[in-house]
Amino acid sequence: MAPHVLSNAIVLLLLVAAGFALRFVRGNRMWRDALAQLWRRRRGSLLVIVAFLLVGLLDSVAWTGGQGQDALAAHEARTVIDRLFQGDREASYSAPLADAAFYGGDPLAAPGGHWLGTDILGRDVLHRTLKGARVALMIGGLTSLIAIPLALLFGISAGYFGRRIDDAIFFLISTLASIPSLLLLIALIMALGKGTWQVCLALGITSWVGLCRVTRGETLKLRELDYVQAARALGVSHGRILVRHILPNLMHLVIITFVLMFSQLVLSEAILAYLGIGVDGSWGEMIDQARNELSREPIIWWNIAAAGSAMFTLLLAVNYVGDSLRDILDPRTLRETP
Amino acid sequence: MLAFVVRRLLFGVAVVLGVLGILFVLFFQVASPDDIARRALGEKARPDSIEQWKANHGYDRPLWPWQDFEDNLLFHHYSTMLSFDFGASDVDGAPISQRIREGAGPSLALTVPAFAFGLGLAVLLGLFVAFFRETYIDTTGVFLCVLGMSVSILLYIIAGQYLVGKMLRWFPISGFDADPAVLLRFLALPVLISVLSGVGSDVRFYRTVFVEETGRDYVRTARSKGAGEVRVMIRHVLRNSLIPILTRVVLAIPFLFTGSLLLESFFGIPGLGSLTIDAISQNDFATLRVMVFVLSMLFIIGQIATDISYALVDPRVRLE
Repeated sequence: MAPHVLSNAIVLLLLVAAGFALRFVRGNRMWRDALAQLWRRRRGSLLVIVAFLLVGLLDSVAWTGGQGQDALAAHEARTVIDRLFQGDREASYSAPLADAAFYGGDPLAAPGGHWLGTDILGRDVLHRTLKGARVALMIGGLTSLIAIPLALLFGISAGYFGRRIDDAIFFLISTLASIPSLLLLIALIMALGKGTWQVCLALGITSWVGLCRVTRGETLKLRELDYVQAARALGVSHGRILVRHILPNLMHLVIITFVLMFSQLVLSEAILAYLGIGVDGSWGEMIDQARNELSREPIIWWNIAAAGSAMFTLLLAVNYVGDSLRDILDPRTLRETP
Repeated sequence: MLAFVVRRLLFGVAVVLGVLGILFVLFFQVASPDDIARRALGEKARPDSIEQWKANHGYDRPLWPWQDFEDNLLFHHYSTMLSFDFGASDVDGAPISQRIREGAGPSLALTVPAFAFGLGLAVLLGLFVAFFRETYIDTTGVFLCVLGMSVSILLYIIAGQYLVGKMLRWFPISGFDADPAVLLRFLALPVLISVLSGVGSDVRFYRTVFVEETGRDYVRTARSKGAGEVRVMIRHVLRNSLIPILTRVVLAIPFLFTGSLLLESFFGIPGLGSLTIDAISQNDFATLRVMVFVLSMLFIIGQIATDISYALVDPRVRLE
């Protein structure tokens, strides 16, 4: 199967999942109230996140064909975002909204068409910045897809079953937590090799430990609560107790941790990009490439400004929403972990 | 008490062995000696040159004890690491322990002042913001913290080098010197950037700690006895917040030795961070392994020291 078909299928799946999630939230009073409160407090940040999500989705829906100027390009799958920026590739740098090339002053293929200028290879910076949104969201999303199930599985079984299982899992998370996380991340990527999947897997393995600790602690508390004890006395099976009574009471922690983790993940990826082991097409990579352009004369500032401010805007919005979510869903138990 | 210390130490030893196990799986099983050799020699290296390289660098043994009990990489890995016999770099054969000894000084020269200034500033700002809790000063302070936390360290460094180093020309852009007077000028900018980039999350953390303390009964008692708000903050709140502050400090100390990967590399400081970055770019797995192990060791020792000092201060900890 061609990669773009898979990606389209995933987008469809995500939309369906989002629809179900929305239906669930509307049907559940606690979540509906939380969402309404969040909307009241952080409308701007939420809208920013939605905008980034939209760009990410539009950059994931791709199809082949269209524009016939280039025989090779016609066979390549291009996303909606790619199609908005078709054709006008320049020879090299050009300033934002310029009519002529940066060096030499040759006329551009698309005079005034590059709102944020072009990079050293003549690619549109706005285009690359928008494409970076998908990469950032993917880093956060894929990593959480790895980290959250892992953390829930180990955290709940350690907290609920206790004894040997708890000892084993506690030992595992203590060991993983004893390796400084950036070094563990680097070690994992060096061992696994470079690439998007590898980076997300490595980020997932380094970031599940924190959530695992939280879920373990919370499960330990929940296990002793009266309604769980009552369910056990009534002969309800372990599996059912876990799914009906424990898991729903952990979901708010999962969501808070996920949102707060997201910005850490994107920031870590930027560091990895500098080390040359990041994800292709990320904002981190753009910043890393733009680092030497500041010493050119005259300076090329639009590259780093575009990538930097896109990243900053998304992370600020996410951090804000995360903070408010924590206040709304859990004013007490989850403190910042050092 | 003795039982607690012994138990804690044994657990620490087990964790060290666990860390070595993880390292072995990552650097011998997932990235096998063949992979490591191929990365050093290039994808198209001939099989006999790969064998030769493995023999030269000590990778020409079976991995697991059940393949060869006398001579295998697992036992070799554990015994060399635990005896701190770190061997030679995969790239140029230089002894790794000597490199670490040489790199520790420059790393500490950067991280210790950065850490001290950062801690002082963060605690002061945290107290200040907590003093004005639930006012505009507090909201603005927290807003600025979140703002600072949302910027990548790459941007801090690049902007700092550009603004202070290139445009204002206050400090040299990068470099290192053994002469303390010169060194001060070289270190000023990285220290400043390190403090700035970390202060946001620290202030927020300390603010949470302080604000939580101000809700306690003893604070109300102190106030009702007529203590002023400033006195309450410094004499009572700050003192009682020392334990969370200390935890954060102790857990941060091992990272002083790591140096800061990015800062050292950007500012050309020949410390452990630069050593690690060089190891990454040159695929020097031997050095990388040792760096991870040494820093994890330091971290584990720090944790044990914290736990034992807690137990000394607070008898309840021993029972848990």
